[in-house]
Amino acid sequence: MSSAFTIVRAEAPDDAPAIDPALVERWLTDFIRDELVRRRGIHHAVVGVSGGVDSAVVAFLCARALGPRNVLGVRMPYRTSSPESLAHAALVIQKTGIDERLIDISDAVDGYMAQEPDASSTRRGNVMARMRMIVLFDQSARINGLPVGTGNKSERMLGYFTWHGDDSPPINPIGDLFKTQVWVLARHLGVPDVIIDKPATADLIRGQTDEEDLGITYAQADRILNRLLLGYTVADIIGAGYPRAEVDLVKRRVDATHWKRHLATTALISSTAINEFYLRPVDY
Amino acid sequence: MLGYRDKCRTFGVRLIKSRTDKTMAHAKQFELALVQFAPRKGDVEANFASVGDAFAALADQSGDFPSVVVFPEASLSGYFVEGGVRDVSLRARDVVTRLQRLAKTNAPKKAAFDIVLGFYEIDEEDKLYNSALYATVGAETGLRHVHRKLFLPTYGVFDEERFVTRGRNIGVFDTRHGRAAILICEDACHSLSTTVAALRGAQIIYIPSASPGRGMEDFEPANVRLWREIMRVAASEHGVFIAYAGLVGFEGGKGFTGGSRLVGPFGELRAEAPFTGATIVRAPVDLEDVAVARAALPALGDLESNLPELIPALLAAEGEGGGSGGSPNGRARRPATKSRAVKKKARR
Repeated sequence: MSSAFTIVRAEAPDDAPAIDPALVERWLTDFIRDELVRRRGIHHAVVGVSGGVDSAVVAFLCARALGPRNVLGVRMPYRTSSPESLAHAALVIQKTGIDERLIDISDAVDGYMAQEPDASSTRRGNVMARMRMIVLFDQSARINGLPVGTGNKSERMLGYFTWHGDDSPPINPIGDLFKTQVWVLARHLGVPDVIIDKPATADLIRGQTDEEDLGITYAQADRILNRLLLGYTVADIIGAGYPRAEVDLVKRRVDATHWKRHLATTALISSTAINEFYLRPVDY
Repeated sequence: MLGYRDKCRTFGVRLIKSRTDKTMAHAKQFELALVQFAPRKGDVEANFASVGDAFAALADQSGDFPSVVVFPEASLSGYFVEGGVRDVSLRARDVVTRLQRLAKTNAPKKAAFDIVLGFYEIDEEDKLYNSALYATVGAETGLRHVHRKLFLPTYGVFDEERFVTRGRNIGVFDTRHGRAAILICEDACHSLSTTVAALRGAQIIYIPSASPGRGMEDFEPANVRLWREIMRVAASEHGVFIAYAGLVGFEGGKGFTGGSRLVGPFGELRAEAPFTGATIVRAPVDLEDVAVARAALPALGDLESNLPELIPALLAAEGEGGGSGGSPNGRARRPATKSRAVKKKARR
């Protein structure tokens, strides 16, 4: 029987964090030009190209913002790094047309680690990440460029990075994009599918993947993170149908790593303490 | 001598010209220019120079120089200055003196024109404000009005109330081009502000703004769309022109969306700049359109008639809001002077 009413029913909003990749590309290339050229008078960017999707996206963005000849992609394998990562990094350099440098960090890392033979794999991974930063800053000094960061919002929020390692570059175009948003942007930019589709890995330990390390998929973590950042409580999110174990895991990681998203905690002595009383924006 | 195209290159300006009206002679008919640009952070001299560049770019165009030139919020310093406000703050009268000199140098053929410009102000009692002035330069130089921002956003990325004092009034003032009001950025996000300005007689509302772009789910940042909607709703409800000039460029990772635009009194979008890039929008204004719009949709008159009922409700809400009527930071609010102003008007 036909009703006199037309019923319009709204779907519950999808809480996966979305982006319009064309808009984000425009916004981030403007950001790179503005921060490097206009503000600092620097025309060259230096990107550590790992073979993963984050650094690939940053390399593509920098190439479009500054021109490929003004971007240096540095591959920095350690002797245990995956050969596949090195090959994917070469693919990014070839696709973008940026300049490249291959610097093996094995000797530098091993020179120190020889004195610490019992170091855990986490310690060894942190040394590698910090060594890569030393290389990036030094290469930047060599060409009067600026290192550009490649850490995404998911790993920043989950604390899944080496403090004063991955997070060191003074500018970061993708730091406010969740991993799932980085994937969307990567497809739009033309990053090769083989790089987007493979499991994300820090490649600091053989065979590791981000999602195994974290104990949750990025797709799920990003939805939970997004809700937490919007201001929903753990109870709200569980009430919306998310498994308690996953929500607790994400919340625990976020709470345990606030310190990694800040500069050093400094003892306040005076009423002129830097960044406490003496307040100036980074570009002042 | 630099030509028009050279000046545009110097200033990095794209000029967008809305439809021209050759009959523009009466004070009710004039052209305004909305300038969006990226100031150099904390460099007041460089930013005055950019203001001069904008005058020069306009002077080099064929036809008359615009009658009113509108600049964004915090044009002389950039928006995010935190504890540096005092370093970049200026007395309003000193700003007018500098603008007068810039006009003489860069737009020497124009006898007089008006300027709306946002800047950090230090007043005679050395208090700091986020302000915008309305001044005439040229033959009839004078400071017509200073608006001090009332709604100081202090949440999320914003921290204004920590560094500047809150303004206390939404004033209207007579100009050679109609009765005007200025609202700065968040002032205009509250429908009550545009309502007060319109009830007090504004025919045109100027909005210098600095809006960080955010919300990238669609083809344009969400705040651009929101601002357009706010302006269209306010303009059509009250039958006023609304002219918005926004900062562009990045400040410490926060990119401002320009989208400088003029909305007419029917709520129609007359002209709009892109949301990025230094741009000047030129657009004609005919204040007669205000009368036509208000005749077609007498919403402002209806509102005025209902004020005797609404004002008591508004005053009651002031006591009820949030349970305390206090500000979020716990400081007690003064009795709302704007409410008294509306009341006075209602008694007439």
